[in-house]
Amino acid sequence: MTESLNVTVDRRDGLAVIYTEGYINNQGGEEIARVAYKLIEEGFRVLLLNLGGTKIVNSIGISILIEIIEKMIEIDGRLGFCCLTPTIEKTFHIMGLAQYAPIFSDESTAVAQLRS
Amino acid sequence: MARDAVMREVTLALPMVPEMEIEASKTATAIAESMRMSPDRIDEVRMAVVEACINALEHSRATDREVYVTFEVLGEAAPEKLRITVRDTGVGFSPADLAEPTIEEKLKSQRKRGWGLKIIRGLMDEVEIHSGSEGTTVVMSKLR
Repeated sequence: MTESLNVTVDRRDGLAVIYTEGYINNQGGEEIARVAYKLIEEGFRVLLLNLGGTKIVNSIGISILIEIIEKMIEIDGRLGFCCLTPTIEKTFHIMGLAQYAPIFSDESTAVAQLRS
Repeated sequence: MARDAVMREVTLALPMVPEMEIEASKTATAIAESMRMSPDRIDEVRMAVVEACINALEHSRATDREVYVTFEVLGEAAPEKLRITVRDTGVGFSPADLAEPTIEEKLKSQRKRGWGLKIIRGLMDEVEIHSGSEGTTVVMSKLR
């Protein structure tokens, strides 16, 4: 029954892109947080979460993403999301996440905007 | 009402184990696809089912450790609406006593969770919650 999450990272000159593939539940959210906090420790202050490989999330997983947003605010960093399914994007809007972490339709736009 | 005639009904009794919500979401997808619901609307149904099941799993404290999920295809000549009932036999709660979560409050709070009902209400067309000492029932519908 297990739906695991794979997380990979692309480090690019001050900005890191975190790619997810699979279900973002509590374990998935914790794995993303672990990776994000490691990147922050490495000195990255701009993170992009590319959820293109994730078709389903749950509110417990999203709650952990809110912890990452809180951390980014605390360190005066920037976090964005890109490549969301319409339902995940709608859910993030329902929860108000987009006010604190912008949502972009594609990765290149997201990288350009987050760097600017 | 004639338009609420039940054309097809499926009930699952799911054990309260991690990721049982995925099984419910797979059934929701199959039934919604059979109704020719659009992919985006199917995704919304799927996510609402996941949230309702997780709420039962996390909060119900049901001694039978099961969640009952009923899918009803409603319509007369053709499917018009999917109604999903998620029921547990737990301790219940008072929906009126639950404050609606906001991102501003959650960013300041230690407790970031508590979004399930808000998400369900935002994704489904109709939502009713009945809760008492015999458990909680969430009834949610989506037009095709």
